Amino acid sequence: MTRIDAKFADLASRGQKAFVTYVMAGDPDYDTSLEIVRGLPAAGVDVIELGVPFTDPMADGATIQLAGQRALEGGMTLQRTLDLARAFRESDDTTPIVLMGYYNPIYSRGVDRFLQDAKAAGIDGLIVVDLPPEEDAELCIPAQKAGLNFIRLATPTTDDKRLPKVLQNTSGFVYYVSITGITGAANAVATDVGPEVARIKSQTDLPIIVGFGIKTPEGAADIARVADGAVVGSAIVEKIAKGQSPADVLSFVKSLADGAHSA
Amino acid sequence: MANDLFNSFMTGPDENGRFGDFGGRFVSETLMPLILELEAQYEHAKTDQSFWDEMNFLWTHYVGRPSPLYHAERLSEHLGGAKVYMKRDELNHTGAHKINNVLGQIILARRMGKTRIIAETGAGQHGVATATVCAKFGLKCVVYMGAHDVERQAPNVFRMRLLGAEVVPVTSGRGTLKDAMNDALRDWVTNVHDTFYCIGTVAGPHPYPAMVRDFQAIIGKETKEQMMAAEGRLPDTIIAAIGGGSNAMGLFYPFLDDKDVSIIGVEAGGKGVNAKMEHCASLTGGRPGVLHGNRTYLLQDDDGQILEGFSISAGLDYPGIGPEHSWLHEIGRAKYVAITDAEALEAFKLCCEMEGIIPALEPSHALAHVMKIAPELPKDHIICMNMCGRGDKDIFTVAKALGVEMNLGA
Repeated sequence: MTRIDAKFADLASRGQKAFVTYVMAGDPDYDTSLEIVRGLPAAGVDVIELGVPFTDPMADGATIQLAGQRALEGGMTLQRTLDLARAFRESDDTTPIVLMGYYNPIYSRGVDRFLQDAKAAGIDGLIVVDLPPEEDAELCIPAQKAGLNFIRLATPTTDDKRLPKVLQNTSGFVYYVSITGITGAANAVATDVGPEVARIKSQTDLPIIVGFGIKTPEGAADIARVADGAVVGSAIVEKIAKGQSPADVLSFVKSLADGAHSA
Repeated sequence: MANDLFNSFMTGPDENGRFGDFGGRFVSETLMPLILELEAQYEHAKTDQSFWDEMNFLWTHYVGRPSPLYHAERLSEHLGGAKVYMKRDELNHTGAHKINNVLGQIILARRMGKTRIIAETGAGQHGVATATVCAKFGLKCVVYMGAHDVERQAPNVFRMRLLGAEVVPVTSGRGTLKDAMNDALRDWVTNVHDTFYCIGTVAGPHPYPAMVRDFQAIIGKETKEQMMAAEGRLPDTIIAAIGGGSNAMGLFYPFLDDKDVSIIGVEAGGKGVNAKMEHCASLTGGRPGVLHGNRTYLLQDDDGQILEGFSISAGLDYPGIGPEHSWLHEIGRAKYVAITDAEALEAFKLCCEMEGIIPALEPSHALAHVMKIAPELPKDHIICMNMCGRGDKDIFTVAKALGVEMNLGA
């Protein structure tokens, strides 16, 4: 049982929806980023998605891409991302951390070495955008063997015929992408998302967490009401981009968490 | 035996889109159903005679195929060694080989009921070809082009706009060809229902590398027939320039099982393949990685971050290379070399002066390698290089490199 499984079991027992946030590791710099990440659990965050900066984030909008560029310019690497996770773990041994990013930095490091290091750094799960089920042998299966959850994206284009394939080697939770599009773009619409979540739920017992296009406490509440939880990323990263202090960023996060938890 | 399947180099990719370890389908889940549908449609079209009838008709009457195979007599004499032939794909409609592939993809898009075509472009040749075929069929066309390339390839930008395409200057990342490809993928993932992504090179997720190769293979097929007619035998060496590698793959593919034909791909060496990475030579100076849907050789740093390529030629300015080239490189069936900007410019000038052909900067790289090896080879050694594009688009870049000022307003 990973920290992710434990967290969702705990939330379920309390009848509470999950609030998940995405921030880019090392944005705007390592120290500020660590300060923000350390403050997330107290602000009500149940699961932390930690973005691994990459030069070519094809599934992300401008907000996340620019965050990655800021981090890279500040010398952020996959190694430093793992360092940041390890530093977070010194004071928090329960909040799950999911690394989210693209395959090349992991492939470049070497899958076995990466999995060993990620596990040691206290990482619980992986979301790798450019690894569909067709490429499961690359990282998904080795990651599960190493005791890490591999969280898959399901999307509006994943039809019923394909869904079993997407769910097959997924663990931890299912990340439902609310829109066809990139992060930080169109708004997620609860009336569209609800039936899709139900469709996926009919085929899996895993929690269904919805992300992409959720920007406000009200939006988080609306989506959390029709799913097992909601993810907010770009809206938080935008505050960091504007140079807001960690305290201000975290108070925005708290308002989002309150929204999601009100559902 | 050349056609012995077990020894054939022409059977790839496998059902997972792999050429050896290269290729694959490294895309987000949103795109996965789309590329599976495209694969099914392409597999069907491949063996559908009516599809190829339509292609052949348009290749003949719209593109102007077959392109000539031309013996560059004065150049051969000047170099003093091998007999040099040029496959004249720069004479195609729109001035480059790119349209060979675009026609195939657009016919496929029409069969799939798609009404909106998107494309990425570097030098602008693929963008112009796509805009052209879209105009012919009345399809909406959006071309993503790095902001830097929009600037240095202004004539092609104007051409695309004349043809009714929307040209979107890409400023995300560093505003280069790879960023244009990122933005095209972002568009595709957003407009999955009506949009077809027409990729310009033998890269991207399966089935693109194989499909684009198959459409470009007309170059090599014609070359074989024309060489047999001209010389009664196959060439000894075939040479082509490589950015993503579509013109090269098109020339090489039909020759892969002709073991006596030596195959040379020429990458853009920029200012030289050095530690400062001021080049685009993915095979010579990169290592395997995953980008834009496929595993292939990439220019990247120790952390797996993608580096910007550098070349005087916008069409070669890409940090990756088609996966089939990576495979041919690793198994040793083709040899890959790098040519610098300065060497390509020399070849450009020589070709203008000796043959009355203004070549694009991309095939100028291939020609520069011909200039290097031809003098040492015997007179009965036949080299065929792919003159894959004409140089009209490059005259401003060349003028700048030569220190010539052109006053267009006067």
